[in-house]
Amino acid sequence: MTPDLECVDLVKRFGDTTAVDNVSFSVPPGSFFSILGPSGCGKTTIMRMIAGFLDPTTGDIRIKGGSVLDTPPNKRPVNMVFQHLALFPMMTIAENIGYGLRRRGMSKPEIARKVDEALERIGLPGIGARKVDELSGGQKQRVAIARCMVLEPDVLLLDEPLGALDLKLREHMKVELKALQAAFDTTFVYITHDQSEALVMSDQIAVMNAGRFEQVGTGQDLYYRPETPFVAGFIGDTNRWSGRIEKAEGGTLQLRTESGLAMRASGAGLAPGDMAEIFVRPEAIRLAATAEGLAGFDNHLSGTVTSILFNGAASRLLVQDAAGETLEVTLPQSGEFDRLKRGDMVHIGWGAGQATCFATGAAGAR
Amino acid sequence: MRNQSRVAFYLLLMPLVLWLGLLIIIPHIDMLLISLRERVSFGVYDRSLAQYEKALTEPLYLRTFARTAVMSVLATAITLLIAFPVAYYIAKMARGRLQQVLFLLCLIPFYVSELVRTFGWMILLRETGIVSNLLQWAGLADQPVEMLYTDATMMVGLVYTSMLFMVVPLVTTLESLDDSVIEAGYDLGGSGLSVLREIIIPHAMPGIVSGCIVVFMLSLGNYLTPTMLGGKDSLWFTEMIYNQFIVRSNWELGAAFGFMLLVLSSVIVWGMLRLTGRTLKETMG
Repeated sequence: MTPDLECVDLVKRFGDTTAVDNVSFSVPPGSFFSILGPSGCGKTTIMRMIAGFLDPTTGDIRIKGGSVLDTPPNKRPVNMVFQHLALFPMMTIAENIGYGLRRRGMSKPEIARKVDEALERIGLPGIGARKVDELSGGQKQRVAIARCMVLEPDVLLLDEPLGALDLKLREHMKVELKALQAAFDTTFVYITHDQSEALVMSDQIAVMNAGRFEQVGTGQDLYYRPETPFVAGFIGDTNRWSGRIEKAEGGTLQLRTESGLAMRASGAGLAPGDMAEIFVRPEAIRLAATAEGLAGFDNHLSGTVTSILFNGAASRLLVQDAAGETLEVTLPQSGEFDRLKRGDMVHIGWGAGQATCFATGAAGAR
Repeated sequence: MRNQSRVAFYLLLMPLVLWLGLLIIIPHIDMLLISLRERVSFGVYDRSLAQYEKALTEPLYLRTFARTAVMSVLATAITLLIAFPVAYYIAKMARGRLQQVLFLLCLIPFYVSELVRTFGWMILLRETGIVSNLLQWAGLADQPVEMLYTDATMMVGLVYTSMLFMVVPLVTTLESLDDSVIEAGYDLGGSGLSVLREIIIPHAMPGIVSGCIVVFMLSLGNYLTPTMLGGKDSLWFTEMIYNQFIVRSNWELGAAFGFMLLVLSSVIVWGMLRLTGRTLKETMG
C-alpha cells in the first residue's frame, strides 16, 4: 500500500543552520504519526514544509505517492490545524468550517449540509451561527479540526494544538483527538513536545532532536527499547549515571558508577573499560521493606529516604545509598508504604534488563 | 480621601475642559452667531438666514462645495488604494530593521512643513522644473511641459500629504492579524485574492475606517495644496472661506461657509460609519 505521506532525505537549511537534517519517514494510510521533540528541534519546520509554507533545501515530499514540491499550499491535499488554531475571528463557526468548501466553489445548500454534518460529527450540532470567541477552548479545538476535515484531506497536520489548553482539558482532548482520528479515518501527523500526548495518541512516534530523527517506533518501542541515550532520557523519567564497564558477558554488563556504585545492566556493543551512560526508570525499581523481598533482582541496595515527592499516582521517593548516590524510585500506592517517612531505611532493587546502557559520546547524547 | 481624589479628578479634567471650551466650543458658537446675522448698515446687524440663502443659491459656491466633497472622497479612495499595499508590506512582509526603516521613511516627509513640501512638488513639476527638463532631455517632449495647476497635480499633492495618516492605522491593525490566520486561509484552499477579501480586509476594517475618516477630514480642510498646486478651475471650499474672511472681510458669509463645511464633513463621516458599520456587522454575523 502506498504510504499517505512520505518524506525522502528532507533537508532544510536557514543560512548556516540546518534545521532539518536528512529526515526520511513514511506514514501508512489511516495512522496517527507523531513527531516528538524538544522545542527548536526542527519539527515545526518539517510540518511547514509538508503544508507547503516552506520549500525544502533538498529532498522530496510525496503524498499518496506523488511529489507535491511544486504544488502551492492552497492546492495540496493536506490541511493543518495551527498551534493557536487560527480560526477566522471575522466569521461565524459555520463560515469558518465552510470556508474551504466555498473556495472549491461548492453550492451553498451543499456547503450548509456538509457544515452541519461536520458539526454533528464533532459533537457540537447547532453552534454554526455562533462567533469564534463565544466558544470554549475545547470547542474551538474541535471546530479547527472540523474546518480541515470537511475538505477530506489525505493528511491532516496538527501543530501542537493542545498547547494552549489547561491540563484537565488537554487530558480529555487527547482521548477525543484519537477518537476523531478513528472516526474520520484520516492520516494524522501530529507534532508536539509533550511526550504523554504522543505516547497516548500515536501509532508511530518519531523522536526528533537537533534536526534529526533519533528513533521511529511505537510508544512501547521508545519506552522499553530506546536506541539512543537521547530517547532514553527524553521519553519518561529516568535515573541516569555514567560509569565504567568492568565486565561484559553477552548482553549483561557489570559496571561501576563514578561514585562507586556497582550494578548490572544490559547493553550491546560495549567492552570492558568503556565509559557508558546508564538509564534506570524510577518505575522499574522495586521497593521493599526487607532485603529478602528483592532476591530475584540483579541489583539491590539499601538506602535512606531523603525526600518523598508526593504527586498522587506519580509519587516518588528519593533514596540515598551508602555511596551517596541519589535514586528516584516510584512509590507504589498499594498501601504497603503509606507509613514511610524521611530518614527510613528501605531496600530497592532492579533487574539488569531494566538498566539500559549506551556508550558515552554516542550520537545524540546531551 | 474621596474628596481629595475628586479634586484631583477635576484638576486633571481641567486642561481638557479649557481646551474644548476655549478653542472649540466658544469659537464655534461665536461663528454660528456671526453666520446667522446680516449687515443692515454700518455697525448694525440683523438676525437672518440670508448668508445661508446666498451660499445655497449662488452656483459658484454650490459647485465648489460639491467639487470639494467629491474630490476629497476621491483623494481618500486613492490614498487607501496606495497605502494598503504599503501598510501590508510594512506590517506583514518586512522584518525587524527594515520594518522600522520603512515606517520612518513614511514619517520623514512630515519633518518639514507642508508649505515646503508643496514647494517641493512645484520645483519638480513646474514648466522649468526637473520633470519637464528630464522629459525634454529624453526626447519625450519638444518643449517645456507645465504640469502644475491641474486637478491631477492637486490630487497627487493631497494623496501625498495624507499618506501617513492612512498608513499608520492600517499598519497597526494589520500587525494585529496573526500570520497563522493568513496561512490558514491559504492552507484551506484560498487564493491570494480570496484571502485578501475574506480575511485581511475584514480584519483591517477598523483601521481602514479610521484612516479614511482622518484622510477625508484632512483633504476637505486642506488649504495649501489646492491653492498652490490646483489650477484656476480647482477652487477649493477652504479657499472660499479664506477669501470671504480675509479678502472680502465678509465674516458673515465666511462663517456660513465654515458651518456648511462642518455639516458636510459630519454627514459624510457619519455615512461612512453607517456604511462600514453595516458591512462590519455582516462580516461578523
